[in-house]
Amino acid sequence: MTQLPESTDRKMGLVIDLDTCVGCHACVISCKGWNTENYGAPLSDQDAYGGNPSGTFLNRVHSYEVQPAQGHAQLIHFPKSCLHCEDAPCVTVCPTGASYKRVEDGIVFVNESDCIGCGLCAWSCPYGAREMDMAEGVMKKCTLCVDRIYNENLPEVDRVPSCVRTCPAGARHFGDLGDPDSDVSKLVAERGGMDLMPEMGTKPVNKYLPPRPKDQIDDQIDILAPLLAPVAEDPKGFLAWLDKTLEKL
Amino acid sequence: MHPAPSVIIFTTLSGLGFGLLFFLGLGLPNVSGWIALVFFVIAFALAIGGLLASTFHLGHPERAWKAFSQWKTSWLSREGWCAVTALLVMALYAFGVVFLDQRWRLIGWCGALASVLTVFTTSMIYTQLKTIPRWNMKLTPALFISFSLAGGALLAGQTAIAQPLLLIAALVQILYWHLGDKAFAKSKTNMGTATGLGADHTIRAFEPPHTGTNYLLREFVHVVGRKHAEKLRVISFVLAFALPIVLLVVPFHHAFALLAVLSHMGGVALSRWLFFAQAEHVVGLYYGKR
Amino acid sequence: MTVQQPDVDTSPKVSDEIRRTTCYMCACRCGINVHMKDGQVAYIEGNRDHPVNKGVLCAKGSAGIMQVNAPSRLRKPLRRVGPRGSGEFREIEWDEAISTAVGWLNELHETAPHKLAFFTGRDQSQSFTSFWAQNFGTPNYAAHGGFCSVNMAAGGIYTMGGAFWEFGQPDWDHTKLFMLFGVAEDHDSNPIKMGIGKIKARGARVIGVNPIRSGYNAVADDWVGITPGTDGLFILSLIHVLMKAGKIDLDYLARYTNAPVLVNAAEGPEKGLFLRDAAGKPLVIDRVTGKPAAFDKPGVRPDLTATYDKDGVIHRPVFHLMAEKYLADNHAPEKVAGRCGIPAQKIRAIATEIARVAFDEAIELDQEWTDFRGEKHSKMTGRPVSFHAMRGVSAHANGFQTCRALHVLQILLGTVEVPGGFRFKPPYPKPVEAHPTPHGDRRPGRPLEGPHLGFPRGPEDLLLNEDGTAQRIDKAFTWENPMSAHGLMHMVISNAAAGDPYKIDTLFMYMANMSWNSSMNTKGVMDMLTARNEDGKYVIPKIIYSDAYSSEMVAYADLILPDTTYLERHDCISLLDRPICEADAAADAIRWPVVEPDRDVRGFQSVLIQLANRMSLPGFTNEDGTPKWKDYADYIVNHERKPGIGPLAGFRGEDGTKEGRGAVNPDQLNRYIENGGFYVAHIPQGAEYYKPWNTAYQDWAVGMGLYDSPQPYLFQLYSEPMRKFQLAAEGHGPNQPPDHLRQRIKDAMDPLPIWYETDQQGNEGFTINALTQRPMAMYHSWGSQNAWLRQLHGRNPLYVPTKLMREHGLQDGDWAKVTSPHGEITVPVMEMAALNENTVWTWNAIGKRKGAWALQEDAPEATKGFLLNHLIHELLPPKGDGMRWANSDPITGQAAWFDLKVKIEKATPPADAESQPEFSPINSPVGTGPKDIAWKVSK
Repeated sequence: MTQLPESTDRKMGLVIDLDTCVGCHACVISCKGWNTENYGAPLSDQDAYGGNPSGTFLNRVHSYEVQPAQGHAQLIHFPKSCLHCEDAPCVTVCPTGASYKRVEDGIVFVNESDCIGCGLCAWSCPYGAREMDMAEGVMKKCTLCVDRIYNENLPEVDRVPSCVRTCPAGARHFGDLGDPDSDVSKLVAERGGMDLMPEMGTKPVNKYLPPRPKDQIDDQIDILAPLLAPVAEDPKGFLAWLDKTLEKL
Repeated sequence: MHPAPSVIIFTTLSGLGFGLLFFLGLGLPNVSGWIALVFFVIAFALAIGGLLASTFHLGHPERAWKAFSQWKTSWLSREGWCAVTALLVMALYAFGVVFLDQRWRLIGWCGALASVLTVFTTSMIYTQLKTIPRWNMKLTPALFISFSLAGGALLAGQTAIAQPLLLIAALVQILYWHLGDKAFAKSKTNMGTATGLGADHTIRAFEPPHTGTNYLLREFVHVVGRKHAEKLRVISFVLAFALPIVLLVVPFHHAFALLAVLSHMGGVALSRWLFFAQAEHVVGLYYGKR
Repeated sequence: MTVQQPDVDTSPKVSDEIRRTTCYMCACRCGINVHMKDGQVAYIEGNRDHPVNKGVLCAKGSAGIMQVNAPSRLRKPLRRVGPRGSGEFREIEWDEAISTAVGWLNELHETAPHKLAFFTGRDQSQSFTSFWAQNFGTPNYAAHGGFCSVNMAAGGIYTMGGAFWEFGQPDWDHTKLFMLFGVAEDHDSNPIKMGIGKIKARGARVIGVNPIRSGYNAVADDWVGITPGTDGLFILSLIHVLMKAGKIDLDYLARYTNAPVLVNAAEGPEKGLFLRDAAGKPLVIDRVTGKPAAFDKPGVRPDLTATYDKDGVIHRPVFHLMAEKYLADNHAPEKVAGRCGIPAQKIRAIATEIARVAFDEAIELDQEWTDFRGEKHSKMTGRPVSFHAMRGVSAHANGFQTCRALHVLQILLGTVEVPGGFRFKPPYPKPVEAHPTPHGDRRPGRPLEGPHLGFPRGPEDLLLNEDGTAQRIDKAFTWENPMSAHGLMHMVISNAAAGDPYKIDTLFMYMANMSWNSSMNTKGVMDMLTARNEDGKYVIPKIIYSDAYSSEMVAYADLILPDTTYLERHDCISLLDRPICEADAAADAIRWPVVEPDRDVRGFQSVLIQLANRMSLPGFTNEDGTPKWKDYADYIVNHERKPGIGPLAGFRGEDGTKEGRGAVNPDQLNRYIENGGFYVAHIPQGAEYYKPWNTAYQDWAVGMGLYDSPQPYLFQLYSEPMRKFQLAAEGHGPNQPPDHLRQRIKDAMDPLPIWYETDQQGNEGFTINALTQRPMAMYHSWGSQNAWLRQLHGRNPLYVPTKLMREHGLQDGDWAKVTSPHGEITVPVMEMAALNENTVWTWNAIGKRKGAWALQEDAPEATKGFLLNHLIHELLPPKGDGMRWANSDPITGQAAWFDLKVKIEKATPPADAESQPEFSPINSPVGTGPKDIAWKVSK
């Protein structure tokens, strides 16, 4: 089981737009809600109302301050969940076969009833995508809402991961990244979608769209258009211009 | 990495246990009967005790048997097979030595090989992890095996063998620390590659995703002060290697031998604590921590 | 390779039933699908059909399940037994609770209704709560707008008959440049996130003007890290550059604004007032005839330049005055750059980009329409530049004028109510004239003659007694803040404690955490709430409080009326109030009990009805003395504000087919429930834009009952009501301000938007701006009781810009003492580079008091979290003139939260590593929450 399939029929995954994510955590909590109530053990919380609350989350939003060589510092919100890697190290290290990559869609999945909670898969994941549930003692991870995306009890339009359905800014996209003609693949091509830690050789399926260049307005105006020129220097001249202009209206 | 007592105990004890079994399998020391029994009991106690300790950190130890299924890909699964094989083969061998005064040499060699393979597979669990550059080095198996054999020789009372093996292990340890300290930088993984925001920018983790802690931070982010670590390294080195070598050089005394063994065990345990505590997982980069 | 994969059930049953209602985790009012399993709430997601959120849902919304099950929920009515502030209560039955309240209130109703101060905080039923207060007869009613965003609301209404958020929104589908001022994450959150997403997907530009580059500003393509409180100066400079370059929409200004309206230019009591005809209509010069004409006369072409000499009195068009004012050099970018902290070149570049998009990228929709002068237009011209602002620019003492300036900027560009610009949402546009004036008379046993809150047109509308004292406890609608359209909730407790303008008997509050994060000067407010007279009795004799949760305020009340959670109650989000309309549709919504309370609690509005019935309040009582309604649901369906117009506009008429106007439909709530909890009435094609002047829209609005007759009007670049107050301050007219306020009124109430430096009294040595904002996962919601949300934001550092970190030798995790003229706090700091270099800030309302919200006392909210409120006083430091001036906008009284100035210094960490000041724990009337949770309904 923990052998990776040579290929998967589809490569389902997420495309996350770092140019658009406002860091609202909607995806984080929607994920918590759906995955607490659905597949496998609930995502538990320890010391929920106490001094050191800590719970299982399958999706977390980081934020980074980026300082370009010139210009203002920028803040980038950075949601992160399982990237459903093609060469998923978390799968091959699993001793029991609980972790596997689904042949039909490439989803990296944990069969909780086989999980011994050794934690090795989390050790092998560079992205911090797997979290041990402290109440249940099994490894939890993003399932791409496998119990939503094919769920015949949901209207077709809702057969997307809960994080995608809920994202207010539309910064999360879901689709088949193995199909070059899919909307997500086109988006990745158009916007220069990137891998996280490509040097790890994990070949993540999820892609990140980089933030567009920022704080360009001064330069653009200089290059593309001159600054506004006055029609007159004083109110009197202005009113004369105004009269002339109104005549033409 | 979080230096969990379970894994430190496991790798320390089972390393010594399988190291001892290795030598017993080779017929060293050449003993039989009750004396052999004592050696075998010590070896099995260490190896099995270590293995049991390793199950303490499992979320579902009752399902541990399932871990034998994935030997094709998983070093942890392979370790399970090797350990069980080594223990069974050596049990058969021990039965012969202790009760029948028979030395089934082929079985002993097989047991010795399985024992050292067990240590190798254990080391590969760590070595394979690209996420932890300090472990992801060819030297990691050398470290585990050299420690195991040196400790095994020491426990087996093979002074002549133990001395050079301790020396080798000591050198491997020094080299391992030296290379390990550079491993993260060499791995080319940094906040830039982790976030994809790297080019020409300096990146700083701003607000964490949650203000509290989480599994990842507890498991993977453990900060040891550099000075503190250096002190511990010296202590570990003295206990594991320097003192035992000295004690082996001075005229033999059982008390010295016992002291050498205990000192070595303590030193190895401390080295293992550092092995985990100083290992930096790349996931820490997402939190601006290493 | 063939492998045997385990069977995964990819089509599990999602729920037994979906109940669709309206979220109340904040003020957005999104539609939610509540998935039920075994009669319990299992999962909450956004409702795709809902006009507000169209399926998406924020973190708070999804965390609703943790709120409905929060351990902090109050369980039963409480009567205080310990001293105020201790949190010691005994549980009582509802009969006793109602009788106690009636015992206190009935006498007041019959003898001195003004001695009841009834203020509601995050109330979404203001048309009902104000109706209750009106019928009780007290002048003392308002909700939390006065300390929130009244400047934005009132600035918009006075200028163009609507503002942002509930009043209107950018035309997200067409806009090509979106400019966002100040912190705006706090209102309309999902729609704005959706809008920004749409713009971003098109690659259109977003410009963020905010000292802090977080949230929406983090995704802005260009960031303007402005100095707090100078937005108005920046905007007026943009206006200067655009006007000077002639990049303004002259046709639009002539047709739809009061730019051509003639203003009396002669010294005297009429100076600055409009020239009007006998019918009171402002006059313009018709370019066709060259003669004055009523602004709305069919065929008239208003002239922007012509002056008019009436009997020797020169009248000049508003536009003349604007040219004089805004073309003046003091508004040049080079003059304001230093003060605003924005390079002049950048101001010019932004003005250029605005002009380019507005005029070079103008769009045209092939849509005929007819304006109010009868002129037919074959197209709708769009200037695709849109703006948004909310609390950020509002919460300054110059906020009203800043908001006006922003609206004037939009109007000069011709971007309001056009494709790609800003669009109103019904019932807006609604000019000032269509709004009520304030009412504050007190007549024991009888209702107020009209609504409490309104929009004064001049000094005659102030709520002053003969002797010049205030009629209202919060001194709203007085010379101190004449246009305080939302009241001044933040002044109620301090005025009541001071007995100024008079003493009250009972303070009655709802959903307002006044003893904690909803007050300036938190410690002072606690002292006021617990202050005693010499006879040992409390200065504020009785306090009734209603909340669903064990908030900090609970401990300070004498009687607690426990409310339900939002999934256990009826509510209506009404067109009479603050509805959920979209630019293309009128819409309203309900809440209904998707689960029954498992505690002995009652919806607050139903309790108000029970109280009203026990007191036989007029308005609630039939002529035969029987109550009109038994509970809130009954009221929602059967109340009629005017014949045929009730709280809900949908499914009216006996058969439920009427919208807007129609007879009461007893089945109305069921019809709403079947429809997803809301109703949408679409604006007909051709009526979607140019609403204030579009006859098709005006006629539709009349049919809907939004207006009684068409209300076309001109945008008020020049505000005549403000000029009237200014005239009074200049000594004209019978209503005269006290002398000490004359100069301030003259200065502040300029009828054309101005910028002025806020009162810096006492700020010497305090040079750093200090701001707060709520995190998106928590604003307008108290997330600390929510097991999921509190993990996101469980404590708050003070964010300090890199320069100040270096200057003060600070590093992340260090502690700093932050001092203001009013107080000091000692808190942990964290560096932030993407921040105005002279501004510090923190997340607001993360800090909690020990013992509140069912949290354990070591909760990080209570140990590390802190409030900036301790540094802010509701009054400015004494000036030595014997008066204490309010820390608020002199026009509206809006609390000037963001005028705070501080200094910081490195501090040794407090011995207990807890943020300072610390307060003693309060007893929790509900205990503390469980240790671990794993919340799964289905097993």
